[in-house]
Amino acid sequence: MIVSSRAPTFISKDSLALICFGVICVYLVLALLSSFGVIGVDYATTRLQLSYSAPSASHWFGTDFLGRDVFARVLHGTQVAVLVGFFAASISTTLGLMLGALAGYFGGWVDDLVTWLYATLESIPYILLISAFAFSLGQGLSNLYLALGLTGWVKMCRLTRGEFLKHKNLDYVVAAEAVGASHWTRIFKHITPNVLHIAYIQYSLTFIHAIKVEVILSYLGLGVEPGTPSWGVMINDAKSELSRGVWWNLAAATLFMFVLVLAVNIFTDRMGKALDPKSRASNFEV
Amino acid sequence: MLFGVTLATFLIFNVVGGDPALQLAGKNASAEQIESLRLELGLNQSLPVQYLEFIKQVAFLDWGESWHTQQNINAMIVSGIGPSLSLTLPAFLISFFLSLLVALISTSIQSSHAAWDRGITIFCLALMSISFLVYIISFQYFLGFQWGWFPINGWDTSWTERWAFLVLPWIISSIVSLGPNVLIFRSVLTDELSNDYVRTAEAKGLNRFQLYTKHILKNAVIPIMTVVTMQIPFLVTGSLLLEAFFGIPGVGGLLIQSIQNSDFPVIKALTVLGSLLYLFFNLMADVLYTFFDPRVELK
Repeated sequence: MIVSSRAPTFISKDSLALICFGVICVYLVLALLSSFGVIGVDYATTRLQLSYSAPSASHWFGTDFLGRDVFARVLHGTQVAVLVGFFAASISTTLGLMLGALAGYFGGWVDDLVTWLYATLESIPYILLISAFAFSLGQGLSNLYLALGLTGWVKMCRLTRGEFLKHKNLDYVVAAEAVGASHWTRIFKHITPNVLHIAYIQYSLTFIHAIKVEVILSYLGLGVEPGTPSWGVMINDAKSELSRGVWWNLAAATLFMFVLVLAVNIFTDRMGKALDPKSRASNFEV
Repeated sequence: MLFGVTLATFLIFNVVGGDPALQLAGKNASAEQIESLRLELGLNQSLPVQYLEFIKQVAFLDWGESWHTQQNINAMIVSGIGPSLSLTLPAFLISFFLSLLVALISTSIQSSHAAWDRGITIFCLALMSISFLVYIISFQYFLGFQWGWFPINGWDTSWTERWAFLVLPWIISSIVSLGPNVLIFRSVLTDELSNDYVRTAEAKGLNRFQLYTKHILKNAVIPIMTVVTMQIPFLVTGSLLLEAFFGIPGVGGLLIQSIQNSDFPVIKALTVLGSLLYLFFNLMADVLYTFFDPRVELK
């Protein structure tokens, strides 16, 4: 039985993890609804006479300097955050899994090359690396996905490589070779399912990381295009707004980000424990 | 390895990054102005020649002058190290000892007060779920501006006068690194718990305090050392955001400025130096292993 197939049974008994899973689903639904134009549609509508109005019944989170509804903007920001997290995590997890699998399985010069590549990337201070990529690729959402994806695969690659090194000589792989399984069958059909638990954890960690880095990149002016309401843009706008007593832009973006990131964080933590064979005996069931 | 770093830096900045001369000259420059700037910066040469030039800079650790301020880059970096360290080193020490303490408490109450242990974990995860920028903006505004507990920003070149400006950045930095540190230390310590020596120590009646200080902590030194030595290079490179927001003239602030001014030579110098430090402390970690654990041998 592969390690990851144990997790659902564990998670389903863990009420906290289930709540977090629910919260994550709510966010995904919000993001979908917002991208189909069901909610948060008037995020770009300016009402200059309402500039910086405080939260009220008609504008739950108030309005920003152009009188745009902060609630609509923060909902639209959810879509941006989910997209950024999704694409960045998908690119880097896939890339890390592929390269790690090749390096660990084939060894030799492939391994040397991949190890060299990730050791190089790893030794460049992350904020410089990501700024350099974001800077070179230019502003825009899809460039942001790429920059985050292309810089975030190192840890996944290292972990996958380690697992493949361990697994490739285990009996079940040798047996598969004996009955004539090709390299690719052995890599993807036999070994990969056994290392997928690492991919789940790394996926959610890069998901969170991407959302947090987006905020920093916005500050450096390297994030999404101006006008796109991302949480990073909203938090950065708050720098100058706080001294005028305008706290709702910051509060709304921070609150939405906090709940999502915390839910993913706790869920990942519980997943990690559920997937870790050693933690069976720990105080997991409460 | 160093070759890889220089190649990557070079490629990112010279090939992917577009034409630096265009950016430096500004939008209104004429074609001749751009051309002469290119000549001046050596950008008219072929890429391999430019790369060799860059390698030479790395080999002699001489980066030339900043495009933006015309100052010597080494001098700029050296003058930033003091302020950066006075921000990061105390913050690092506070965070390290506080995290270790919390992790020890959290681990030791794992079986007796499981709910508290979970509470600590969730609290750490919650701390990690707020953006660094939000901490800075709100702490600076509320603690610094609104309530006036700390100076909002500022700097003093004398070593005795600068500390007042640093307390708030220390607090923010410690809070941000508390979450991840506690969780790492806690998992390291928890791993130790399953060892036989722990059961033996418990069986012979050691109390919990002695068990943790005399046995578990000693064995956990190696993984903790690894985490710690990997953080050291970042002490020197400083904290980008904190330095920028609090007006601390350190290496991190220099980096932000050079990113904003497209000051390529400074960014390149900082990237390579950062990587050098990283590689050096990687090696140091290996050497320290043999010091703390005689069973480890360097090959």
